[in-house]
Amino acid sequence: MDFWFFIEVFVGGLLSGVMYSLVALGFVLIFKASGIFNFAQGAMVLFAALTFVRLLEMGLPVLLVLAITMGVMVLLAIAIEKVVLRPLVNQDLIILFMATIGLNYFIEGMAQLVWDSNVHVLDLGIDEYVAFEIGDAFINKFDVWAALIAGGLVLILSLFFRYTVIGRALRAVADDHQAALSVGIPLRTIWIYVWTTAGLVALVAGIVWGSKLGVQFAISAVALKAIPVLIIGGFTSVPGAIIGGLIVGCGEKLAEVYLGGFVGGAIENWFPYMLALIVLMIRPEGLFGEKIIERV
Amino acid sequence: MTIFKIISRTIPFLTLFLMGTAFAAEHFIPVTSYRTGPYGVSGAPAANGYVDYLKMINARDGGVAGVKLAWEECETAYKPDRFVECYERLKNKGEAGATLFQPLGTGLTYSVIDRVAKDKIPLITMGYGRTDASDGRVFPWVFPLMVNYWSLSTAKIKYIASLEGGLDKLKGLKIANVYHDSAYGKETGPVLKKQAEMYGFELEGFPVAHPGLDQKATWLNVRRYKPDYVILRGWGVMNQTALKEAARARIPASKIVGVTWSCSELDTIPAGKASIGYTCASMINPGTHYQVFQDIIKHVHDAGNGTGPLEEMHNQQLYRVGVLMGIMTVEAIAKATEKYGNKPMSGEQVRWGIENMNLDDARLEKMGIKDFIPNFNVTCADHEGSAPVKFQRWNGKAFEPASDWVATDQNIVRPMIEASAAGYASEKSIALSCN
Amino acid sequence: MIYREAGQFKTTYKSDQAILPIFQDRIAMVLMLLFAFIIIPIFANDYWLGSILIPFLALSLAALGLNVLTGYAGQISLGSAAFMAVGAFAAFNLQVRVPEVPFLIAFLWGGSCSAAVGIIFGLPSLRIKGFYLAVATLAAQFFIEWLFTHFDWFTNYSTSGVITAPPMQLFGFAIDNPLNKYFLVLSIVALCAFGVRNLARSEIGRAFMAVRDMDIAAEAIGINLMKTKLLAFGISSFLCGLAGALWAYVVLGTVEPQAFDIARSFEILFMIVIGGLGSVSGAFLGAGFMILLPILLNNIGSVITGAAISTETIAHIEYMVFGAFIIFFLIVEPNGLARLWQLGKEKLRLWPFPY
Repeated sequence: MDFWFFIEVFVGGLLSGVMYSLVALGFVLIFKASGIFNFAQGAMVLFAALTFVRLLEMGLPVLLVLAITMGVMVLLAIAIEKVVLRPLVNQDLIILFMATIGLNYFIEGMAQLVWDSNVHVLDLGIDEYVAFEIGDAFINKFDVWAALIAGGLVLILSLFFRYTVIGRALRAVADDHQAALSVGIPLRTIWIYVWTTAGLVALVAGIVWGSKLGVQFAISAVALKAIPVLIIGGFTSVPGAIIGGLIVGCGEKLAEVYLGGFVGGAIENWFPYMLALIVLMIRPEGLFGEKIIERV
Repeated sequence: MTIFKIISRTIPFLTLFLMGTAFAAEHFIPVTSYRTGPYGVSGAPAANGYVDYLKMINARDGGVAGVKLAWEECETAYKPDRFVECYERLKNKGEAGATLFQPLGTGLTYSVIDRVAKDKIPLITMGYGRTDASDGRVFPWVFPLMVNYWSLSTAKIKYIASLEGGLDKLKGLKIANVYHDSAYGKETGPVLKKQAEMYGFELEGFPVAHPGLDQKATWLNVRRYKPDYVILRGWGVMNQTALKEAARARIPASKIVGVTWSCSELDTIPAGKASIGYTCASMINPGTHYQVFQDIIKHVHDAGNGTGPLEEMHNQQLYRVGVLMGIMTVEAIAKATEKYGNKPMSGEQVRWGIENMNLDDARLEKMGIKDFIPNFNVTCADHEGSAPVKFQRWNGKAFEPASDWVATDQNIVRPMIEASAAGYASEKSIALSCN
Repeated sequence: MIYREAGQFKTTYKSDQAILPIFQDRIAMVLMLLFAFIIIPIFANDYWLGSILIPFLALSLAALGLNVLTGYAGQISLGSAAFMAVGAFAAFNLQVRVPEVPFLIAFLWGGSCSAAVGIIFGLPSLRIKGFYLAVATLAAQFFIEWLFTHFDWFTNYSTSGVITAPPMQLFGFAIDNPLNKYFLVLSIVALCAFGVRNLARSEIGRAFMAVRDMDIAAEAIGINLMKTKLLAFGISSFLCGLAGALWAYVVLGTVEPQAFDIARSFEILFMIVIGGLGSVSGAFLGAGFMILLPILLNNIGSVITGAAISTETIAHIEYMVFGAFIIFFLIVEPNGLARLWQLGKEKLRLWPFPY
């Protein structure tokens, strides 16, 4: 019995972790291409999910809603690039970070102003409570679907970065803005692409999380959970986001179940951060990240 | 920059000055609500219900004792410092000052408990707040009306006992207490432990880290414990996630008994199928067929003056709780006018009103709230009133009654309250009043 | 013309190293202190003192603390609210267990405990920097919040987990009305502000700034990185702890750990970025902006629209305006309000001439 319980916790944790990495992916994309840590990713997830679910509620067909929401995210990306990124091109890391925090507030307010701040149920048609039975352990069907979606997305993005022209251009821009410019890569267009892709990833994450939790304000708090994932996986690595997510999800659940009892429980909030801290001390760039080279 | 600061500092002065002169010859009711922030989804319907009721009283009865009601909303975003700012700004508004405050948040309550005694404005904290303030001798200005956290806990145990066939059948049962990991969540720990000793059931606590988005591990733990019943003590997004994760951990919803703050459509609807059979406690009777709601529809919504959408009345428990808040305010003011005359009531006068509120059947019938709320009686020493609670069950579409009014067990609760209040009294050197 | 420095030359090293070398600056400082200590108490009512100025001062102190760490020493920290919590709880615990201790000593004790905790959580800064360090401090934030919620010893086993600050008494003088509290907070904050200003132009301050600019080079010229960074964390946490104790005792009167959550940390970070990193006046300007803006919007909203727009909409607009302002400031003046103020002073130097 205990063994199967462990398996259930372990696998549940892995699947949970995949959902985190779905959110972390958006962060990685933007960081990879522009070196900015986009704190507003959580708000983008919320905005995308709200737009999607509200349009659905109005009775429009799913594919149309998907298309409209994607269009909205593209417009958002263009707006962000024009208003926020362009004027802040050469600033410090912390200034850009602060700008994305400001953006986070703005998008959160706008999402709730335009749509509203009630809880909306998002029904994907996947029964959340059915589970596969393996031995004595129950693996939830919905979680498996979410994992497959996230896995598929990661695969597509990895291939995209590796093998397409735009992907290579993105990597060049991440490496060195000025060098990329001098080679003729249109910086602004690239940024629009990146933010759009991040927006689409946010949409997928929003749909998955929204159907898990109901679309509401609290979803933007998921972004906080994604940060340890990024640290452990490395800020610039797409597969790292998945591996990091798995480690965080798994570690968190196992710690809560097996260690939590000794210290009073509810350690899920800070355990991933402590884990991230330990990884940072040993390997500052994360498991898959690029090594940080500092020149004096 | 300096000019900006000068302007930004004088405008509030001017607006305060202007606003101050707007309310004359009216009972002033500050409505401190939270429509934004993490609990905005809960706070908005409550505020709508509160204001709708006040509007209805103005339209239907012309106010209270011929004096209209005036109110002003102030957004607190569920933050104590903003609530204190709202409190300070609104406490002296209106001809006679603010009548009373209803924070709708425990942390918010604590931040002003010391101030209300000095400012002489009563605080109504129905079903939440500082539990030991039920001892009116130590806290003359705070009223945790109807039921406080500890009393509710005894009612829950009684309800579980009724499902089992009697209090003696509780022996040997295993009860899991899944609670929000905060001061609010931990409050019922001692009273549950006491009841566990008294009745012989096993009790285990399972804290959920705030805000409770991820509870998989917690509920796997609960399943490992194999409880007979689970008490759910959450708030906000924790509730619906709890119901969902419980279903995934294959713990049937019929075994879960929730508190009043885990008992709204906001919790059950997002959880979908998982919440069918879930039972929880409520200070009010479910349903909207009572006269008071017909009146609100007629005088407020039909006149196009609704604060929020009309569906909220039928779809949101918290809207109806907001109406309950309005009822308490109006009853207190009404009673106060009986003694002090037909003019705007001050906080001190309203305090007397709350303590002497008369909620017998005749009055309830007259106000259209018979059967909606139970009868209860506040005295000088007992600021709670020991109202019974109703348990309601979610059937997938709405809440339906699952029990009759269940009385709370004051024999357990009152001594604990008095002991705790006595500690506060000695700490602050407060002399007991009410002799 | 008013602000001409010409003609003010120093004849001793001591006068050259004064905090406010320019005569006009000294006059301005004296006037400002007079305004704060005398004019404001006369004209401000209880609401302004208690709900706006006192929180403003307490948060400026926290912003000052974070400014020492992030503005001067360049170590990004997102856990400042946790250090405030440590200060508040430590001060409370001391007074509860040793009631004879005067509250000022309790405040100092709160600050010191916070400094110790800050140094412990600052240890990772020896290995990691920049944004990663910010994440390490986030770990501190969540961990400390959990610690205070979980172990009842910290809240003296109160059933509700909310601590009530004991009343404050100074030489038999009870400090319980907004006016007294205002003077108390103002004195503490003014002292600390002078302290930080002094720190900035001392050897330690210069070491901080060297570490901020390029720590490897700083190490190369002989600055002990470990001592400097840990000292920065310690001093910053001391100030934050003091601010937390003030928040608990003076502003709210009670405290639960959720009052020092991550939203508060971000708030303080905003303050120093908007106000200007690495400047004392920046902390105050930023705190003023952050505190006054929501209140201003709340009031403007209710005046312009009456009951036409719901408070909910106003609150959402508040969020948006907030975010927009932050971005606006970052674009227009990345060095914050303090830099704008400096530019103003530069103009004053030449006024009425254009250049």
